Parts: sequence; C-alpha cells; structure tokens
Amino acid sequence: MRWRTFAIAVPYLWLLLFFLAPFAIVLKIALSEAMLARPPYAPLFEWGPDGSLAVRASLQNFLFLLRDDLYWKAYLNSARIALISTAFCLILGYPVAYGIARSSPTARTVLLMLVILPFWTSFLLRVYAWIGILKNNGPINNMLLAIGIIDEPITMMQTDFAVYVGIVYAYLPFMILPLFARLVRIDHTLLEAAADLGCRPLRAFLTVTLPLSLPGIVAGSLLVFIPAVGEFVIPALLGGPDTLMIGRVLWDEFFANRDWPVASAVAIAALFLLVIPITVFQRLRADQEGA
Amino acid sequence: MSPPRTAPAGDLPGNEPRCGHYVRIEGVTKTFGDVTAVDDVSLGIHRGEIFCLLGSSGCGKTTLLRILAGFETATGGRVLIDGDDMTGIPPYERPVNIMFQSYALFPHMTVEKNVAFGLRQDRIAARETSRRVRDMLGLVRLGPLARRRPHQLSGGQRQRVALARALVKQPKLLLLDEPLAALDRKLREEMQFELITIQKEVGVTFVVVTHDQEEAMTLSDRIGVMDAGKIVQTGTPSAIYESPGTRFVAGFVGSVNLFEGRVVAQDAGHLIIECEGAGCPLYSDRGVRAAHGDRVWVAVRPEKLQISRDAPSREYNRIESMITEVAYRGNLTMYRLRAASGAELRVSRPNLARANADRQDMGERVYVSWHPSSSVVLTS
Repeated sequence: MRWRTFAIAVPYLWLLLFFLAPFAIVLKIALSEAMLARPPYAPLFEWGPDGSLAVRASLQNFLFLLRDDLYWKAYLNSARIALISTAFCLILGYPVAYGIARSSPTARTVLLMLVILPFWTSFLLRVYAWIGILKNNGPINNMLLAIGIIDEPITMMQTDFAVYVGIVYAYLPFMILPLFARLVRIDHTLLEAAADLGCRPLRAFLTVTLPLSLPGIVAGSLLVFIPAVGEFVIPALLGGPDTLMIGRVLWDEFFANRDWPVASAVAIAALFLLVIPITVFQRLRADQEGA
Repeated sequence: MSPPRTAPAGDLPGNEPRCGHYVRIEGVTKTFGDVTAVDDVSLGIHRGEIFCLLGSSGCGKTTLLRILAGFETATGGRVLIDGDDMTGIPPYERPVNIMFQSYALFPHMTVEKNVAFGLRQDRIAARETSRRVRDMLGLVRLGPLARRRPHQLSGGQRQRVALARALVKQPKLLLLDEPLAALDRKLREEMQFELITIQKEVGVTFVVVTHDQEEAMTLSDRIGVMDAGKIVQTGTPSAIYESPGTRFVAGFVGSVNLFEGRVVAQDAGHLIIECEGAGCPLYSDRGVRAAHGDRVWVAVRPEKLQISRDAPSREYNRIESMITEVAYRGNLTMYRLRAASGAELRVSRPNLARANADRQDMGERVYVSWHPSSSVVLTS
C-alpha cells in the first residue's frame, strides 16, 4: 500500500513541479502590467513602504486579446488549420492503420517500424527537407516542368498548402498508431458474423468496424489536433507571412514585441481553448468504457 | 442444370436415405497449401433434423462448417441447400446462419440490436423487426434483458443471444460451432435440452460441430463422425454407438474393449474368432461378412460385460481375469481388469442397489463374459 502511494506520488509531484509551477508563473505574468524593465513586467505583489501588501493584478491583457481581432483571427485560423489537418490525417491514416492491423504478424512489425522510422530523424530537419521538396526549383516543380504540364513553377512554399503538407506529414504517425492499436483488437469473427447476417463488406465496415474503432479515431484526432493548434515550427518555416497561427503570434509577442504579459495571456487563453477538446475526449472515452 | 438424383455416398445402411436431401454436400474438398482439411466429403442432411459433425480437433469439421457458411471456398465439390447450388454465393446472400463458438456478439449494441441486426440488413419494416425480435427473445427467455449490452450478460445468456440472432432470420440451415463448449457442465446439460426444444419449435435444420461425443449423442438425430478430413460413418446416435463401422469410431464414441483375432469358423448366425488376447474362442452374431482366416477385431462396450466369481456355463466369450482397479462413480462403478494373457479390460456396472454387499474388490479373480449379440466384429 505504501509502495502504491509512492508510485503514484512521484509522477504527481513531477507534474506539480514542472507543469503547475510554470503555469502559475505564466498566469502571474499574464495578470501583471508590461513595463520597460528587466524582467519586462511589473511585479504582481508589492510590499508598500508601510509594510502592507499591494496586489496589482488586472485582466487588462486578457481584455486586450478580446479587443484586438488579430488574436481571435489567429486562434480561429489555428483551429481551422489544425482541424483540416486532423481530417486529412484521419483520411490518410485510417486505411494505413486498417491495412497494418489486417496484415500478417510478421508484416505488421515491419510496417509499424516504417511508421515510426521518421522519428529517428530530427523533427526540424524533416521540416527543412520539405522546403527543399516544395520550393520553386525543387524536385516537384522540376519534374512537372520537364514533363511539360506547367510552364512556370507553382508556388507552394510559404503558402497554407505547405503548412498543411507539413502538419499532416509530421503528425500522421500520431493518428496511425492509436487507430492501429484499436483496429487490431477488433475480433475478426465480428465481421464474419455481420456477413453471415446479410451485411455486405462496406456496410459491415460502417456498422461494425467504424463504431468499434471510434475510441481510436478520437484518440488519434486529439493527438494530432492538440499539438497542431499550437504548432510554431511548421508555419514559421513553411508558411507565408500571412499564415496566421497562434504559435507564431505567441512567439512574436514574446521575442519581437517583448510584451511578456500579453504573450502570457495568449498562452493561457490557448491552453483553455485546448482544455475543451480534451474534456470532450475524456467524456467520450468514459462513455465508451461504460459501454 | 438439374442436380443428379443419386443418393450421396456416406450413408451407411441402417439410416434410410430418404430421397432428396435438404442439404447436400457433394464431393467437397478443401486444401490449405499441401494440407487437405476436408477430403472429398459427401453428405446428405434431412430437413428439420439436428445433424452433428463429430470429430477431434483438426479433423476438418470446422472447415466443413465454414464452407457451408460461405467463409471458405471449397477447392472441389459443391454444396446444395434446398436444391440451390451455393458455389460462389457469398455468406451475406446465403440462407444460412451460424452461431459462433465465441458467439461474436456485437459489443457496441444492445441485445435487442444484436438480434435485430440481421433483419435490418434485409430492410424489413421496423414494426415487423421489433415484433420478430421480441418473439425470438421470448423464445430464448431473454425478454427482460433486451436493453443490456453483451458484457453485462452471463455466458449462458450470451449464448442465447447468439442463438436468437442466428434464428431470427429463419434460415434454411443453422450452423452451430461447438455451441456448448464455453459453458460449465451443469449449464451445458440444461442448454442441450433447451437447444433441442427450440429446434423442434422453429423447425430449422441444425448442423452442429462438436468434439464432445456426449453432446453429439444428446443433441443429434444423426451423427457424422469425421477423421482426417473424411466422414468415416454417419448414423443415428444409437447406430454409431451400437454398430460402429471401424475401430476409430468404436474408440472415439464411448469406450470399448477390442480383441484382435482371426476368423476360424462361421456357423449359423455366428462368427467364431480365435483370439490370443482372450484365451478362448469369441462368438459374435453381428458384424461383417468375413472369410475364413481374415484378421478382424471384436469390439465390446464396457457396460455389456458381466463379472462373475463362478465360471459361466458357456465356453466362449469368457475371460478369466483379475480386477486391478475399481472406480466408484455414484451411478456406476468402473472396473479395470487384466486377463491372463495380459490384455486390459474395462467393465462398467450400474449400481442398482444402494449397498451391494457382494461387490467385487481389487485383486479378486473373476470371469468376464458377454453374450454373442453384445459384440461387433470390425474389419478396419
């Protein structure tokens, strides 16, 4: 019993230290005022000369986020890009996961290995590689020009298209793996039972496989959607100046504007926008487990 | 093309091959690579009967069942159901339903939805679907549990759902793969009788696959014993038990004492066999045509043997032996004996009286004997 408490206490302590404490610091900065100083914000708590404690918290920064439509647009655009990317990952990833789950155990090991293989190279390098592929004199444009389909190169770099390509590419394994884990557990005799009861293969997929793989779809979608919303590297490297995403806004506030309080407020708001899908996910999963 | 009118092979004399079997399996063969799972099986099944395919694991009985269901394509031969050739017809278009060994209930659907599944595929009107589902759940006594999910049911209840789901479409043929294997002994006995009752009520033809000879005996109207991909004998349970055709069948269905010997004479109605293991001539008035000098086996069931301390008056079918083991089983007592020749014998006696003061004990020398009509002579 004591060992169990200990085993649970360690990760909780870890979370407390390295998640809650930084969160509290960011929240504290978000509630304070910006000023030209080092650090560039006013202290939240101040001891008056008479020994009294003055708290100077304000929601000014959060109100600012509401007033300036840049932030709203960035949030919505991030959500839109993340949602579309997630949809593409699902469309591309489901058949892959299904194929792997249905393959022979030996082939399965190799195929799973191939899905995980890209992780052996740095994420940053892989995104850089896409610049080489998508640029105006990259292989795609060169090939199309050589065949004669196009007369001048298609601009793919620094567009939303490049951002979608980058995000879908980078996060596809996070969709495939939970989907595979779910699909491989579905008893094949259930499909035989469906066929036996008069169900054609496509209908059997829709009425048996798809509902049973729903937890995998939800898990994979969240694993793609959540990091995609806050993605900074991919839009920064592949996207154009008008690709508005909250990750880049956050970066600009911190490092270009040096407005730490507003940047912190952006971060906190983004966090709460992500809490909603996580709660939905937990609810769905609880429903499934109750089933 | 009209189907040939010949009665399929595989029917031994003793189970009247009625003209026009409802289900006909004609020369069906299935090979996986170089393994032959089903080897040229021909079989006729009557309308409305319970037919059991009995065999040990790996004998091809499940493969044959899967061919009937349409999950496997036969390498050769064909299956006819009610006169229709099933070759090339996918499982979802066959008038056949199967009850899987694992039941294969849809875990994300309620009992009601599971049972309605097949009817919904046929686009049957909602009102009729719910009526038929209700009737079927009533038949298997699951009405009050209609809204439960499979994981909220006991093993026996799940089995009833699987049965209801397979029966609700009123198939021409219902296949049951080891239907009672997953249930504990008490429940299994109960369900055996319930299955028979339900089958008689709906009148659907059942084909049951089982490795349990007791289950096959209780359930079936007829049994087909399978070994190494072939049907070795078909017949009613009593025909299979009392007149096995081969040593394999005799040994697989129930236990048996076998004596190897040679035919030495044949008088009116008797075959006289000389047997080293027995130490006396063996008479048998049933069995096969055999010529003088043929090697044969005499098979006698343990319950058909008598044990006595005094030598019986007949001088044949009498083996002096010593009791080596006594196992009391409540309703009967099993004896193991060793004959002077070293042959092992098995005898079972019913315990008719509560206390039998005169029962034989271990180490006693006794005579084992049987009537000539109790033994069967086998040539293979």
